[in-house]
Amino acid sequence: MIPYTKEAPQQIASEEELRARIPGWGADLDRKDRPAVPREQSLTTGAHWEFPDRQPEKGRRERSVEHRFLTPVFGTTVPLKGLSGGIRRLAYARYSEGRAAHWLLLILGDRVDAVESHVASLATRRPDEPITQSGVVSELSHDGLRSRFGRGRADVKHVWLDPVLVVGPWLMAGGLVFALGRTVVRALR
Amino acid sequence: MRAMVYRGPYKVRVEDKEVPAIEHPNDAIVRVALAAICGSDLHLYHGMMPDTRVGSTFGHEFIGVVEEVGGSVQNLKVGDRVMVPFNVYCGSCYFCSRGLYSNCHNVNPNATAVGGIYGYSHTCGGYDGGQSQFVRVPFADVGPMVIPEWLSDEDALMMTDALPTGYFGAQLGDIEQGDTVVVFGAGPVGLFAARSAWFMGAGRVIVIDHLDYRLQKARDFAFAETYNFNEHDDVVVHLKKITDYLGADVAIDAVGAEADGNLLQHITSAKLKLQGGSPVALNWAIDSVRKGGTVSVVGAYGPMFSAVKFGDAMNKGLTLRMNQTPVKRQWPRLLEHVQNGHLKPSDLVTHRIPLEHISEGYHIFSSKLDDCIKPVIVPEAA
Repeated sequence: MIPYTKEAPQQIASEEELRARIPGWGADLDRKDRPAVPREQSLTTGAHWEFPDRQPEKGRRERSVEHRFLTPVFGTTVPLKGLSGGIRRLAYARYSEGRAAHWLLLILGDRVDAVESHVASLATRRPDEPITQSGVVSELSHDGLRSRFGRGRADVKHVWLDPVLVVGPWLMAGGLVFALGRTVVRALR
Repeated sequence: MRAMVYRGPYKVRVEDKEVPAIEHPNDAIVRVALAAICGSDLHLYHGMMPDTRVGSTFGHEFIGVVEEVGGSVQNLKVGDRVMVPFNVYCGSCYFCSRGLYSNCHNVNPNATAVGGIYGYSHTCGGYDGGQSQFVRVPFADVGPMVIPEWLSDEDALMMTDALPTGYFGAQLGDIEQGDTVVVFGAGPVGLFAARSAWFMGAGRVIVIDHLDYRLQKARDFAFAETYNFNEHDDVVVHLKKITDYLGADVAIDAVGAEADGNLLQHITSAKLKLQGGSPVALNWAIDSVRKGGTVSVVGAYGPMFSAVKFGDAMNKGLTLRMNQTPVKRQWPRLLEHVQNGHLKPSDLVTHRIPLEHISEGYHIFSSKLDDCIKPVIVPEAA
């Protein structure tokens, strides 16, 4: 009548059986052997400074408004640029991490960045190329069909959505550009 | 150097990039020997993590050889073979001085809610990652560790995130002898969490996923009882039935942001990016654990809000425990486990992919082709 009485469940296997069957069973039974216990503890880290030297700031590095100052060390890959950079800078300068607007602007910046970068790549000797960059050729070399079907996978139920979500925005953007162009041409006539 | 470069959602390629330079006196430059693709890299790849910039290089799981050190580095020298925890951390701030290395306050100007992570968007500090031939490693005296000679490269690679995160997840569960532990997700972190739960004296370990080949691995590697949630109308009810309608003592969410199993949650998060993540596994954990039980979360979620069933958690009196893993704290004990033969971390590696073919590696891992569990990237083959 568990759990409607005080009765506790029976162990499925005894301690001896578990110890014999599973390598290392019970090795960390004692919490003193668990490195994450207690959660907060003072440990030797290798740091030989009270506050780290400051990494030189090249350009204007964006930062969260929740920081008192630019952290002494930071990543320097892909500085802000273009329209996406402006959107991201606004997100950092105006909104705290607690505001949805902060994250929604950053996600918008990501989408704009993808379009900007794709368009810019068309003017280079190595434009974006969806076939190789998506790795979709591995569908042929790594059993795409066999891996998916007849294997009880939950994601197969909505796999039809993927091409809609990938191609859909491009079709919508194309339709919008076409409609806008047609309106302009008609107005000029 | 050759490096993986993000080109927008679902698109990556390999490009020539500048070899990283020393930018701080305690930096090191590491020549990458092996890197891995992590399940959480897929959140970046799918465009879910805010401020993931085109042109950045992913990869927070890597090992390599020290190529150059900055002027203040004392603990490493050129030529050392090192493993690098996925956390970038200073070792001296309020949080690091309390052992919370993953919550360092001195390395991420872009956010205060998360520390620094290699190759994990500007939300995590804007550092390039290790899916490349070279990588900049800040605070070289704090994070990296010389790999013991007896430890293989692939075992060391698993020590940089997947194994410590699974082990940490089991510890967050505060497991007591004889506890029933249910792990959601049979990816590398879930498999390591399930295996680690036994170290802490679990009496029964159950793993839930929808990929049969991974559930097979959970039985073989983690000695777990397994169930495919896709074969049950309601996996929470099933878990109640097999635990005498009590529920598990501990539930571990080792899935995170892209959990499947609920179409609305999946579309609004993974597809439309309107949530920080699809908390299907987390909600199942909350609902399937017993009243007064513990839910441990090591699956990664984005910083936006998610539709979590918090009322059930409150009404059941649950303890919710979570964090990014402070990796280096786990190493001494984990090295003992590996050396004592309690587990072999590289048993989960299924694919070894040259850096030049990394776009295929991402697709194989993302689409779960060819029974992929853990893909390893080999830069020298570039």
